[in-house]
Amino acid sequence: MSLLTIFAAFFKIGLFTIGGGLAAIPLLREELVAGGWVSGAEFIDMLAVSQSTPGPIGINMATYAGFKAASFPGSLAATAGMVAPSLIIIILIARFMRNFSDHPLVQNVLGGVRPAAIGLIAAAAWFVLSNSVLLMEHFPGTGWFELPAFTLGAVIALVYWKTKAYPVYYIVAGGLIGIFLF
Amino acid sequence: MLRELLNLFIIFFKIGLFSIGGGYVMLPMLRREMVEDRDWLSDAELIDYYAIAQATPGIIAINTATFVGYKRRGVWGALASTAGMVGPSLIIITIIAIFFARFQDEVVVQKALRGIRVAVAVLLSFTVASLIKKAVHGLQGVVLFIGAFIGVALLRLSPIPVLLTGAFIGLAAGALARRKHVDPENNGRGDQK
Repeated sequence: MSLLTIFAAFFKIGLFTIGGGLAAIPLLREELVAGGWVSGAEFIDMLAVSQSTPGPIGINMATYAGFKAASFPGSLAATAGMVAPSLIIIILIARFMRNFSDHPLVQNVLGGVRPAAIGLIAAAAWFVLSNSVLLMEHFPGTGWFELPAFTLGAVIALVYWKTKAYPVYYIVAGGLIGIFLF
Repeated sequence: MLRELLNLFIIFFKIGLFSIGGGYVMLPMLRREMVEDRDWLSDAELIDYYAIAQATPGIIAINTATFVGYKRRGVWGALASTAGMVGPSLIIITIIAIFFARFQDEVVVQKALRGIRVAVAVLLSFTVASLIKKAVHGLQGVVLFIGAFIGVALLRLSPIPVLLTGAFIGLAAGALARRKHVDPENNGRGDQK
């Protein structure tokens, strides 16, 4: 895959990521999984690595995907593509516009985009759930419902709900328990 | 000049290094570095930049870094800050990706990954729930949220047209609300009781 293709793909993702790195997840899924860069399971592994290592999730995902596609130059191209829309748009706004976020038209657009973006993130969460806990469509032979995975999910949810500790702990715990459970 | 560019790079490298699991720790760190320790920005400026970063395309942390860097030292400042912010990701993720490719086919690693996927699914579900509570309000919000979810999860639409539809509906609803608001005043009919 050429570096320019990688740059362009992540430029598009950066351009449509509104409201934080999580909003990049559905766009990344569309590009990477539907586009055939990585498998569904691999995508979730990337998400786990990106969530439990330093740095914005969107940048971590871009670096990882770029590295898979074309080694270190690939990760540079992907990350550069991902931040380029920010650089261009923010510099223009900083230079030419005042009170940008208070403008009524900006408020109207955001009023429509924000709930839709959260709907997209929910769809990505559904994809992750269906690949790991529920339907197992990407792990043929295990059936649509897997008791150990479901139980582990329920226990993690209960503990997280009660304690709200750092996400990294749950990812590490999930890995350790997984070794003995599956 | 060069010294301050290096400073911007180092500050944002540090912030990138300590923001684990999303950009939520960024604002407190940025406030300490820029407002308390250095007097480079006022609280009001920082909040303005953060608000604009949330309202524009791109990752919030990157947008904020670009904005602060530009205000301090122009385009070079913006580049230095952004490079600092992505620096830790580039280094750490590349190292992990190299090792991951080597170990991912081991049975133990496969089992651990299955457990990790379950944890990721649960964490992401909780995040979605808190996002819904924070930003899905009113009829328009609920309809757009459900519509976007069904469109992408079940009908397999691509995310970008869904976001554009959301923007269009937001604009149309805003225009409609303005017309309703202005009409009685202009015509002097006095629709209000």
